[in-house]
Parts: sequence; C-alpha cells; structure tokens
Amino acid sequence: MDSPIARVDNVRKQYLMGTVMVEALRGLSVDFYAGEYITIMGPSGCGKSTLLNILGCLDRPTSGQYVLGGEDVSTLDDDQLSTIRGTRIGFVFQSYNLIQQLNVLENIEVPLYYQGRPQHESRAIARQLARRVGLDDRMEHKPFELSGGQQQRVAVARALANDPLIILADEPTGNLDSTSGSDILGVFDELNRQGKTLIMVTHSDEVSERAGRVIRLRDGRVERDERRN
Amino acid sequence: MNGETSRKSRIPWQHLIVDVERVRRTMQLGLKSLWLHRLRSLLTGLGIVFGVCSVIAMLAIGEGLSYEAQEQIRRMGSNNIIIRSVKPPEDRSSSAERTRVIEYGLTYADVERIKLTIPTVEVVIPSRIIRSDVWNGTNRIDCDIIGTVPSYPEMRNHHVAMGRFFTEEELEENLNVCVLGDGMAEKLFPLDSPLDGIVRIEGDYYKVIGTMEPESERSSMGSPDSNPAAAGPARNATGAPYEMYIPLTAAKSRFGEMLVQRSSGSFSAERVELHEVTIKVGQIDDVVETWHIIADLLTANHKKTDYEIIVPLDLLRQAERTKRIFNIVLGAIAAISLLVGGIGIMNIMLATVTERTREIGIRRALGAKRKDIVLQFLIETVLLSASGGLIGVALGLAIPFFITQFAELQTKVTLWSPLLAFSISAMVGVVFGIYPAMRAANMDPVEALRHE
Ligand SMILES: Nc1ncnc2c1ncn2[C@@H]1O[C@H](COP(=O)(O)OP(=O)(O)O)[C@@H](O)[C@H]1O
Ligand SMILES: [Mg+2]
Repeated sequence: MDSPIARVDNVRKQYLMGTVMVEALRGLSVDFYAGEYITIMGPSGCGKSTLLNILGCLDRPTSGQYVLGGEDVSTLDDDQLSTIRGTRIGFVFQSYNLIQQLNVLENIEVPLYYQGRPQHESRAIARQLARRVGLDDRMEHKPFELSGGQQQRVAVARALANDPLIILADEPTGNLDSTSGSDILGVFDELNRQGKTLIMVTHSDEVSERAGRVIRLRDGRVERDERRN
Repeated sequence: MNGETSRKSRIPWQHLIVDVERVRRTMQLGLKSLWLHRLRSLLTGLGIVFGVCSVIAMLAIGEGLSYEAQEQIRRMGSNNIIIRSVKPPEDRSSSAERTRVIEYGLTYADVERIKLTIPTVEVVIPSRIIRSDVWNGTNRIDCDIIGTVPSYPEMRNHHVAMGRFFTEEELEENLNVCVLGDGMAEKLFPLDSPLDGIVRIEGDYYKVIGTMEPESERSSMGSPDSNPAAAGPARNATGAPYEMYIPLTAAKSRFGEMLVQRSSGSFSAERVELHEVTIKVGQIDDVVETWHIIADLLTANHKKTDYEIIVPLDLLRQAERTKRIFNIVLGAIAAISLLVGGIGIMNIMLATVTERTREIGIRRALGAKRKDIVLQFLIETVLLSASGGLIGVALGLAIPFFITQFAELQTKVTLWSPLLAFSISAMVGVVFGIYPAMRAANMDPVEALRHE
C-alpha cells in the first residue's frame, strides 16, 4: 500500500477544565490513505470532533505526532497551520458556518482570498464550484435566503475551493432533513468517486454504510477500524 | 533572454500588487460590514465627527479673529508708538459748573521733548482730529478732519488712491489743501473727479489734491474720540468713519485749539493741542525701551493721565500670546473629544468582535492568518474613524462658511487644520482599533467556531 496521506501517531489531547484534566484523546493512532472514504463513529464525547480538529490543523495535540502529506505538522507555528488549513484541508461543519453578510459566491471565495488569488480568478472558480453543487441559480443569494441543504452545499463548494488534500466533515447531515441529507451525501459520493479523500464524523449507521472504511472510537481511542470490500 | 530578465523584474511588483489588492478588498469588506450596521456606525462615528468638526470650526474662527486683529495691529506699524489724548475723568466738585473749559491732552511741547531727548525715535507725527461737516455745494458729510504732516500715510501704512498727499511746502505755507478719505469723493463729488475740486468747512475752502485708499484699522481699534459726548461721525462703506486730511498748520490756524460742544443742554469747551502723536522708532528692538522712556517722560510732564499709549508691537505680542493660549486650549479640547470618540469606537469594536466570534472562527478555519484578522478589524475601525473625520471636516468647513455669511465674522481656514484633523482621526482608528483587532486575532479557532 502507498504511504498514508495523513498519519496520527499516539496522539493525546488533554483539556484542563478548572482543576480537572479531561483527556479527549488517549494515545490514538490511525493512518488515512489517499482516495479513502472514511466515517468516524462513536458515542458522544468520545473525541470525534477533537480528532477532526487536530486532523484539520485547527487544534494541536498535547503529545504525539501528526504527519499530513509527508509533513510533520505538530511542530508548525500558527501562520504555517493557517496556510495548511487554507490549502490542504476542506472543512464542512454541522452548522454550515457560512458568513452571513456574504453571498454564495463570496462565501466560496473566502479560502481563495486568503491564499491571495486575484478576484477574477477566484470568482471564476467560485462560479464553477457553485454549478458543481447545483446552485447555478442561487449564486448571488445570501445564506439566510437558502434552505439548510443548499447552505450545506455552499459549504461543500467552499471546502473544495483550494482543491484540498482531505475533506473533513463533522456531522454534515446532522442538521438536515433526510432528503437534503442524502443530497449532500450524494455530493460526497461523487467527490469520492473523483478521487477526493473524505473523513466524515457521523452518528448514523445508514450514512456510514456509504463509506469504504468505518473507524469507531471509544474514550479517546480507536475501538474498531473496519474496511468494507 | 529578454523574457528572462523581464520576468525577474516583475516579481517584486507582483508582491506589491497582491498586498494593495488585499487591502483594497479588505476595505471593501469593512465598508460592507459598516454599511450593514449603518445606524450603529453612524452613532459610533459621531464622537469623532463632532470632535473634528468643532475643532476645525473653532480654529477657523480663532484664526479669523486673530488674523483680523494682527492685520489691524500690523497696519498701525510695528515700529510705531501711538499716543492719544484722552479726556481725564471729571472731578465731582467741578461738575456743578454749567460752562467751563477743560484743558487736557498732548501738547506741542510733548512732541518737542520726545523729538529732542529720545535718540531712538526716528519720526514724530503730530495730528489734530476735529469733527466737522464738510460741504461741496449742497452735499454734506459729517467727518473727522485730521490735521497732520506729509509723512502720515507712509507711517500708518495708509496709501493714497488718487492724486497725492500734501507736501512739506504746503504744510509750511499753511495752505488750504485736503485729501479725502475712502468713500468721501463719491459723496461729495458724485458726478465728476474730486481732484482740484473745492470743499468747504465752516467758512474756509480747501482744494482737494488726493483721495485715500480704504483703511479699516481705526474702526475697531477705537478712534480717538474728539467728541466723546456725541455719537461718532458718519461711516463709509467699509464701516470706518469718514476722514479728511489737511495740513496740521491749517488745522491749527483755521480751527484754533478750542472745541465747543453741546451736550444734554449744557455747553462745555475743551482745549486740546494735539489729539494723536505717532512716533516711529528706528529699530524694532528699541520699541519697548522707547515706549518706557516716553511713558516716563509723559508722567513727569502731565499732572493727570490725559493720554494713552498704544504700542502695536506689544499688542501684536499679546495677540500672539492669546492665540497661543487659545490654540493650547483648543488642542486640549480636541484631544479630549478625540479620546472620547476613540473610546466609543473601541467599545463598539469590542462588541463587534464578540458578536462576530463565529465569523472569525470560520475565517481562521478557512486559512486566515492572525494578521489577516488584525488587518480586517483594524481597517474596519480606521474606516469608521476616518469617515467620521471626513464628515467632521466637511461640517467643520461648512460652519465657518456660514458664520462668515450670516454673522459677518471673519473666519480663516488654514490648510493644515482639516488635513491634520483627518489624519488624527484616522490615527484614532489605529490606536483604538488595535486592541479589539488583536483580541479577535488571538481567539482560539476551535473556541470561536463553537461560539453561538
Ligand atoms: N475545549 C474543551 N475544553 C474542555 N473539554 C473539552 C473541550 N473540547 C472537548 N472537550 C471534552 O473532550 C471530550 C471529547 O469531546 P469531543 O471531541 O467534542 O466529542 P465528540 O466525540 O462528541 O465530538 C469531551 O469529554 C469533551 O467534554
Ligand atoms: Mg462532536
């Protein structure tokens, strides 16, 4: 097998809540490979979001190593992590997290803007992505004018803007009705078919059946890691 | 090879363009978000608006007043010392007398003493001022007739408009010639040139040899009241009293030294030799010393203080001192109002940062560096304070304009005051925006994303 696109090695994450130390991840190790479609499952509070945040370079492990695309990112500074988030990671959140005063195209352009792409380029990319997620006729709309499913599609388009290495999604269908939910999952399936690496946190077995690999966490460790076919 | 060099030289340029582009787009973003909360932005910016506006307006008024005052003083001549006769306060015991002659003021002897004993004095110009009607046929003007010497116009920076002033010969020969002050020619000679015309004062006729340019100094510096009981003479278009100049010798021989006046039913007469003496000091550095010597000399020779000494140079220095104090006070007011305005802006920006925590988290997750967040909020704050400053400058320029239009008060807007006020208001944005911006940038992205 190829070398992993992302490798988490004996990662611990501790939070100090008042005087109590909470250990969200307790020496977790897992490898991810290019082109995989992975779902992460587990009971609430087992550390799924914490893991995703570390994978997305939003947070740093207390100890352990995280190697992304061959680069050890656990030692990078804040600016370097920002650049990695902007270029190699695409986030999709449960609550869409669109910027309310920007319209669809402008929201999709945000990651491009921070990479210094000139406006005429980023505008063209944003249009193309909006079309790809089926929002041709909503490009100038503000988030509050869109349904939840449409908003999440904007978020997916935005996650694709800088053509990232991995797309991380934390319960992307958690706020959606089943129709819009399967809509979004359809988009993810399509992306994976085109070769994108997807890591998705979900509570739903139905959702996780679409993925080629399911990782179950318990108390900050990998409980089970199974590949289908 | 050619293409190689041109590509190399383009690299630093491109870097610069990207940065300018980023600032431009961040400004666009800032304007958008200020516009989104336009009422709040307006209210927040008002502190700066009023601060800047009041400072510019007050500065313009202050500059106008002091410019006018300094111009008047300068026109009197900074090398000059002017002594005027002043009627001393009357004794109570003598006020019962119905008719009496009051004798006061400067004398020819004073002039001689000053001329002979003070070496720093260059020229001494005595003059008499008599109020009388001047006639040409049936045209009449109530005016101040000033008997003086040929160097008067030069000494007072007051210039001849048409014709000429009288000469030493005309003075010595005691000729009846006269020079008309501003506005008189039109009144007395409405149809033809006043030059070589003849005017009448009481029983004497005078030939007009010239006219003077307008002069505004006497109007507000207070002309020596030769007729304190009555209202001053008629005034011309510039608001100055009508004046006519004749040789001092003529004034002395035609009018004598006795002035009779009627006041509320009683007659009184005054005897004044000279109403005004203008002294020119050779060197400007000697002015203050000469002033003290003259004051001592007059004190020694006059029983009462029946004169006043006006030193334009001293007045100028006082005016400058007053202006300096005014500017300091104004500066303090400006500083306080900008401080208050700045604190208001900081307060709102802190609230904005908290309100937009989620947005900050999103931007950080999508690749924004700390400095991008700092730039975004700093630019927004500077835009807010600078637009406040801009509105303030506009109002601050409009107010003096309307004051000049409607209150007839001279105002003077110096170029630097709006520029300075505007740049300071932009600076206020930087100073008071940096803390909220840093706070925004230092948020933990994960925490910020979880914020509701
Ligand atoms: N910022 C934090 N401060 C303190 N404790 C935290 C923080 N984030 C997460 N935790 C704790 O870490 C554990 C794992 O949280 P999380 O990764 O969010 O779980 P989930 O699997 O439900 O997404 C939980 O016990 C949670 O309370
Ligand atoms: Mg979670």
